[in-house]
Formats: sequence, structure tokens, C-alpha cells
Amino acid sequence: MTSVDLRTMREAFAEHLTEALDQDPRVALVLAAISRGLFERPSRDYPDRVVNVGIREQAMIGVAGGLALTGFRPVVHTYGPFLVERPYEQLKLDLGHQGVGAVLVSVGASYDNPAMGRTHQAPADVALFDTLPGWTVHVPGHPDEVGPLLAGAIAGDDRVYLRLSARSNARPLPVTGEFVPLKHGSLGTVVAVGPTLDNVLAATEGVDVSVLYTPTIRPFDSAGLRAAVDSTAPNVLVVEPYLRGTSAAQVADALADVPHRQRSIGVRRDLEVHAYGTPEQHDEIHGLDAAGIAKTLRELLGY
Amino acid sequence: MTSDTTHLAPLFARMTGDEKHEWAAASTLDVLWVLYDRVLDVAPDRVDDPDRDRFLLSKGHGPMAFYAVLADKGFIDASILDTWTDFGSILGQHPDRTLVPGVEIGSGSLGHGLPIAVGQAFGLRAQGRSARVFVLIGDGELDEGSNHEAIAVAGRHGLDHLTVIVIDNDNADHGWPGGIAARFAVENWATATVDGRDHDAIHAALTADHPGRPLVVVADVRKG
Repeated sequence: MTSVDLRTMREAFAEHLTEALDQDPRVALVLAAISRGLFERPSRDYPDRVVNVGIREQAMIGVAGGLALTGFRPVVHTYGPFLVERPYEQLKLDLGHQGVGAVLVSVGASYDNPAMGRTHQAPADVALFDTLPGWTVHVPGHPDEVGPLLAGAIAGDDRVYLRLSARSNARPLPVTGEFVPLKHGSLGTVVAVGPTLDNVLAATEGVDVSVLYTPTIRPFDSAGLRAAVDSTAPNVLVVEPYLRGTSAAQVADALADVPHRQRSIGVRRDLEVHAYGTPEQHDEIHGLDAAGIAKTLRELLGY
Repeated sequence: MTSDTTHLAPLFARMTGDEKHEWAAASTLDVLWVLYDRVLDVAPDRVDDPDRDRFLLSKGHGPMAFYAVLADKGFIDASILDTWTDFGSILGQHPDRTLVPGVEIGSGSLGHGLPIAVGQAFGLRAQGRSARVFVLIGDGELDEGSNHEAIAVAGRHGLDHLTVIVIDNDNADHGWPGGIAARFAVENWATATVDGRDHDAIHAALTADHPGRPLVVVADVRKG
């Protein structure tokens, strides 16, 4: 995972959402102070559908539910912990229970800026969405993947989570909603989610495994995983940039009738890292750096 | 003071089996009746009309008076009241908007209706509609912090098509020193405090002009 200096995912989001606000009167944006500077012009032009509620994240999700109930397609945006964890019951009730949708767009990811500490880290976000029915979860791996994912999300009326990160792969890949095979091997299958891809490719260089990439982890592409595993030994490694093992149950379901082994790499569940520093230093602690991925892969494949 | 809700008692009894006590004691009964009989622009054949008024029962527990009013006004067949809380019934101890025609939100967990109502008021204003949003909460429910987020947002944004009715039956454990209306007034809301059993007073408060500001009507139903 390398940092992108030219255009961040957050900037790409602002650019594409501003276009959507200009073109589609159904689109609304709910902010809680964060990123308001990126939307100054549309907030002047559309004062009732670009709503900054201030630092009030429970009201933010309720307001989104109300906008959806009046026919809008609300996009809701702030830091992951304040978008998903603090108003978790509002996600359950003000959106899901009411039978309406919204597009939630977070920044901060698991530890984009470790200097800010634990308060701004949300590695549990995707696992939390797994407790609620009907959510699509996108984890783009490059700023250029944000536009098509956002456009697809806005076009629907369901519940979508778009997890932006300051981490990025060197190159974007096409957005298909399916697991994309990037290389073929025989010893096992590695699934790289979003910005973990570059480290996965470095770790698997010269290793006889298949690699799948996806920026969309829910719904889980069971057929894509099954097709890949059918042509390798039944060893599966899923590398996710959030809580370790978040997709382990989905892998088990997809391979329910196949004797298989699986390992997961992601943010560790067994400790809170009371440390600042750089994202790369945190990758190392969680085994998400290329060396850590290679080590887990060797353990899984026994080479 | 008027009292013309006695015809609701048999409907209430189809759920609770009690015609004499519970229905008359229901704290929301008079406000609900005035809303549906004299204030709201709603009808059973217009439950999806984008220009209808919205009524959100945020205080979702004890919804029998609400269901009785919906049955009386033809939103649901009175026979459905007999199925109350059965598996497969559309009526439970907390309302579900996906099951009951004319119910605008599912509620039960306190502190959700007002933030949703604020979003509806933004949405209707953005669409240039004249429809109004009414949301009913309790004085105990007002404890929830999410309400205070929404009170501030609605006041600062001048959502004048939004009305909150607070049923005050002295349920909040720690009370509201200075009065409930003051909590709204400081956030630029128009306020009124009325006898929650006086239909004409309720009607007058709910239909008063409040240009540029949301309105709160505190309906006092404290016993004794």
C-alpha cells in the first residue's frame, strides 16, 4: 500500500458527488462538519439537500433516513468511527428498519493516520455491517475506482457503504462487483480486498498461487471464489484491510461442500495497538505488509 | 374542555379488553384524535401521496390509541385490531411502517422519530412542497441525546414545516427544570404549552403560524 499524492479518494469522492448533485435532483448529502470545505459550492447552491448538521452523528443518520423517506438518495459522510460505530442503532433503525437506503461514505479506514490514535480508527466497520441485512460494501483500492463505485451506489436505492482510504494501490482496476482473477497458480487462492492488493502482489511474486482482486466485498462473490478454488489446491487466504477474519464466514459458506483450509489476514482482534507512527508500521504489526502476508502464505501452503 | 373520544373506546378494547380505564388514561389519545380529526392533511387513499402531511409516532410504545384512531379513520380495518400482537398481524406493541398503511415510521426505541422528521422536513422543503411534518415524543423520551441534536439542527435551519408535540406526563426521571418548552425556545423554536386533554387548545396550538421557525407544542397530561 502506497500513499497517493495527486488525488486522494476523498477528493475523488467530492468531485464525483458534486457532479451527481448538479445532475440529479434526487441526490442529497448529509455532513457532520467533516469535509464541509470540499462541498462549499453545492452547499450554497442546494441548501436543503446539502445539509451540514454540525457534529451530530445520530441526527446525521436520522436526517438521512428522513430524506430517503421523502424520495431522496442521501449520501452521508464522515470519519468511519462516527459514521458507523457511534450511530450504529440509527443505521439499524433509521435506515434498515424503515425500509429505506442511503450511501454511507467514510474516511479514515482502519488506521490511515495512526498519529490520531485509536479514536479515529474503525477496523470493525465492515464486521458491523455484516450484522445488518442488505448492505453492499465497497472498499476501493485506488482513487480512480471511487467514481464508478459511487455512481453505481447512487443509481440504486439500497444501503451501500463506501469505505475510502488514504492508502492506495499503484494502479486502478476495473470495477465489476466480482472477484477479478489477476494471476493463476496451483497451490491456493489469495483474495486481496481494496488497497491490500499491491502488498499481496509483492508477497505472491514467484509463488504458484492464484490471486483475486475485489473492491466490492459485500455481497461476497461466492461463485467467483468457488471458480478460482476449483482450479487450485483448496487453500484460501483472504487479505482484508479491516478486522481480521471479517469474511471468514463467507469463505466457509462458499466452500461448504469442499474440504478446504483458510487463513485470514487483517487488523488484529486480540489487542489494541496503543501506538502512533505511520500506517506502514501498523501494517507490520497486523501482518498486512508484504513480509507478513508472505509469512502467513508460507504457513498455509507449507512451502 | 371537550371530550369526544368515547367512540374510540370499543376499538381500544378490541386490543386490550378494557373499555373503562386504559383507553381514557392513554396519554396520547386526545392529541392523536385532534391531529387526525382536525389537523393532518392525510387520508387512507393518499398514504403514498408526496404532498400528504406526515405524522410520526416517535413514542412508539403503547400504540393502542394510535391504532384505534387509524381504524376509526379508515386506514386499517377495525377487525385487524383483534389480531393485535399475533404472529402475522400487522399490529404489534411497537408500530412497523412496512406493515401498517398510514404509519410513517417504525418506532419503539426512543429518540429516533425527531431526527427522521428533520430529514423529512429538509426533503419536503427541497422539493418545494407545502406538506407539514408532525412528530410526537414523550417527556421521558426527550432524555435521549439524539433529540437534542435534532432540536438544534431544526432550529438553526429554520424548518418551519416541522412541529413536535411533547406529551408531558412527568415521566422523565430527572424532570425538566425551567420547563420543556425552554429547551426548544433557546434553539429558535416557536413554543406553546397546553392542556393535553383540551381539544380546542391543542387544535389552536397545532395550527398557529410559526413562520421561519419550527414549533413545539407541549401537551400537559400530568395526573392531578
